[in-house]
Amino acid sequence: MHKPWVDISKLTFSHQNKLIFDQVDIRVQRGKITAIMGPSGTGKTTLLQLIGGVLTPNAGKICVDGDDVHALSRKNLSIARRNMGLLFQNGALFTHLSVFDNVAFPLREHTNLSELLLRDVVLMKLEAVGLRGAAHLMPSQLSGGMSRRAAFARAIALDPELMMYDEPFTGQDPISMGVLVRLIKRLNELLHTTTMIVSHDVEETCEIADYVYLLAEGRVIGEGTPAALLNSTQPDIRQFMRGEADGAVPFHYPARPYAEELLDA
Amino acid sequence: MLDRIAQTGAFGRTSVQRLGQAGVFLCRLLLRIPNFKKIGPSVWHQLYSVGVLSGIVIVVSGLFIGMVVGLQGHHTLQKFGASSQLGQLLALSIARELGPVVSALLFAGRAGSALTAEIGLMKATEQLASMDMMGVDPLARIVYPRFLAGLIALPVLSLIFSAVAVYGGYLVGVERLGVDAGSFWSNMQAAVNFRLDVLSGIIKSMVFAFLVSWVAVYQGFTSTPTAAGISQATTRSVVHASLLILGFDFLLTALMIGGW
Repeated sequence: MHKPWVDISKLTFSHQNKLIFDQVDIRVQRGKITAIMGPSGTGKTTLLQLIGGVLTPNAGKICVDGDDVHALSRKNLSIARRNMGLLFQNGALFTHLSVFDNVAFPLREHTNLSELLLRDVVLMKLEAVGLRGAAHLMPSQLSGGMSRRAAFARAIALDPELMMYDEPFTGQDPISMGVLVRLIKRLNELLHTTTMIVSHDVEETCEIADYVYLLAEGRVIGEGTPAALLNSTQPDIRQFMRGEADGAVPFHYPARPYAEELLDA
Repeated sequence: MLDRIAQTGAFGRTSVQRLGQAGVFLCRLLLRIPNFKKIGPSVWHQLYSVGVLSGIVIVVSGLFIGMVVGLQGHHTLQKFGASSQLGQLLALSIARELGPVVSALLFAGRAGSALTAEIGLMKATEQLASMDMMGVDPLARIVYPRFLAGLIALPVLSLIFSAVAVYGGYLVGVERLGVDAGSFWSNMQAAVNFRLDVLSGIIKSMVFAFLVSWVAVYQGFTSTPTAAGISQATTRSVVHASLLILGFDFLLTALMIGGW
């Protein structure tokens, strides 16, 4: 097996006295699509921020392309981030820039392309997400799904070697969802982009993922190919993959017994 | 009793810690070589946003304050038969104190709060994090242009405020109350020393611009990324900046007069 592009070992992270990750090990192979799935609040978005060096772990190591992200100087971290694309959950478009300028932003910052060439590259990226006609609009004029697609175009503007998607399918209509799924797959196949998808959407994610990690209660509860996880008989994996409310992973946040609390009043 | 001492200690420790963090933030902001080619348009846009758009508040307030000082001054000076000294009183009180201080307080309320809220909202909507993830430092691209615009805009607004306030005093004193225009202007010209009065006012407004801009961008950048967090940061921005303006005004006045 090749050396992993993203190598997370013994990752421990807590926030406001709550343990989010406890000795987590994840390996993302180069050129593959790896999905991180799990119930809400398991720290999937936090994991992407840890990989990008936005947050710092309490213990453990995160290496991207052999470099320990949290040991890099500010300057080297900035250089390393140019090779990472992160699609934020809410898009995170710059509200003071138009859709065109949002996509052009990383190109203007990190390349010396002429405005003419830059225009062509931006229009190509926008065409890929179906928003070429919306290039002149401001983010406030876009719907939630369109914002996400514009942010997608911005994230792939520099053709990064590692693409991380935070809930890319949430809030998309069926047409946009299908286009996004195919786009992520095509980007991975054509450019051999190493891809990480954080998502709840089991069906869409399993359709394109090569390998899946299931996170719950701060640890990896299962890993394997989508087919292996879908056919797993392990109760907690089965519960998540089939969307069952009752099972090993509790649906309810820890609380006193329901009847006892109601009778207290 | 022990609890109270512990609480006081914890409050003091937190305050010193926050002051230290604000100092580190300022060093990170200033110890850089700005790329004016890239931040130029942003500085220009911010100058419009914090400077030009604050102009109307500054002009209207300056006019009314000048008119009030003109009225009060005339009322008091008349008792001593010295109403011809109105121009002198007006120019000195406005150039030395009212111009820099009131315009800075207005600037903190109008532009400082807007800067804090804007940066706080950008943080809450992950715009700063996404910029960071693109390998672009948000301190350089977002915070620095706003800080610089504040630094440039307030001294200019302060000068406009003073000029308009003197005109407001002229309108009330000369046009309405009948003070002789010649004595009004000549007494003013004779009494006002450019270096001691006008320049000290400009220096004050530059110091206030530094303080207001620093507080505003720091509060926005470190705000809790929630609706309540941004609201608290905006309030803190105006309160802290206003107290700093008044405190530093006393300090600067004492230094300039040379009484201490």
